[in-house]
Amino acid sequence: MDVVARHEILLPVKPAFIVATFIAAALLNMMPWSGWAGWLRPDFVALVVLYWVIEQPLRVGFTAAFTLGLLMDVAEGALLGQHALSYTILAYAGIALNRRVRRFSLGSQIAHVIPLLLVNDLIVLGVRMLAGADFPGYPYFLGSFVGGALWPLLSVLLKLPQRPRRDPDHV
Amino acid sequence: MEHQPPPFFRTGPSPLARLFMFTIVSLALLGADARLKYLDTVRQVASVITYPLQRIANAPFNIFDRASEFFVTQGSLKEENARLGQTNLAQSAQLQQLTSLQAENDHLRKLLGTRDRLSSRTSFAEVLYAARDPFSRKIVIDKGSQHEIEPGQPVIDGAGVVGQVTRVYPWLAEVTLITDKGHLVPVLNTRNGLRGVLGGTGSDGALELKFVPLNADFANGDQLVTSGIDGVYPAGLPVAEIVNVERNAAFLFARILCKPLAGVSNHKQVLVVHAEQNVPERPPEEAKKAPPAKKGRRGAG
Repeated sequence: MDVVARHEILLPVKPAFIVATFIAAALLNMMPWSGWAGWLRPDFVALVVLYWVIEQPLRVGFTAAFTLGLLMDVAEGALLGQHALSYTILAYAGIALNRRVRRFSLGSQIAHVIPLLLVNDLIVLGVRMLAGADFPGYPYFLGSFVGGALWPLLSVLLKLPQRPRRDPDHV
Repeated sequence: MEHQPPPFFRTGPSPLARLFMFTIVSLALLGADARLKYLDTVRQVASVITYPLQRIANAPFNIFDRASEFFVTQGSLKEENARLGQTNLAQSAQLQQLTSLQAENDHLRKLLGTRDRLSSRTSFAEVLYAARDPFSRKIVIDKGSQHEIEPGQPVIDGAGVVGQVTRVYPWLAEVTLITDKGHLVPVLNTRNGLRGVLGGTGSDGALELKFVPLNADFANGDQLVTSGIDGVYPAGLPVAEIVNVERNAAFLFARILCKPLAGVSNHKQVLVVHAEQNVPERPPEEAKKAPPAKKGRRGAG
């Protein structure tokens, strides 16, 4: 699991890179998933929001989470505000837990990520059921587990641009 | 002089305060959207941002579809061509009868003095994707208000009614399928003309005929077509077929399950009907009755 050495000093992240990851996550969410793939699809935007509020709580916070939530609501044709609400609460959990989560290895971070994603799902579920929808069935929660399984991969990928370049002259 | 932290440590309101702020804004949005339907302009603005993203996200899949169409074998094309030729022949025979029947129908209607049936034109639209909201049954099509699509227009495919346009963006429109829970279609049994209301159940391929008394004459295999009395769906479009009738004396109504005739969840192309409805005008609002003018009570309300 130790692909990124934990003691490596990372370069500062570029804001453009953060924006690019958000766009990529939104694109992944908007792909035409159907059938079982639709149930297994993790909420990539939630996952990336969680990643950045844990890694960069000073740069990515509530405003970004809320705005992305609104965009996802419009893209999904859902109630306006349901994802905005769930991402806001997710961002709060991430900011509150960021120092703790970062001390764990990538594998153990999954144990933090899955419950947070499930809470995210539960908020959306609660909002929709209050608005009169039916319970869509337990497969609804599968996406969060898949999201948790993708967390280490995501962590490694998103840290790549921040890793210091190896100095060829260094012995 | 008041003590201020140095700018380096200034981070604005605490996370908890921000959480409350954003939660209240989201809840206000939810309330405004779910109950009051005020936020269409917000949606329109946001859709301008999401639209290009949605097209980009769908592009690889569209390209794959096109590419796989390119590699169709000649044999299957010939087969399809022969099949289409057969259906075309059968349908053109029916069409010839239709013109004479329509003329006859117009004539009879004129004699009876009833209103003309609507004439409608359709526009072709492609299904971009099924909306990912797991709580509702919706599809998104590639025509919007720029192509004269309006909320309320029915959407059909070759076999029957698919759904109804419920939300329109500049270049996209959302279609609520007839299988959506809470979507209702007024229908007519073609066998005996009994009317009913067909509602979605929220699961694919199942519809339910609602509020039908136990003794009503509905049987398996009956075809249901739109009755046209709602002013939304034009009359006579096939909708569903009854697959199971359950009469339990413990309940007030019979439980009648139906199967949609259109391929509600597995088509690529649909038609949007621009129905020019021939609905009688709404009666003018009744002039508000002046409160009984009793002496001494004026201005008391």
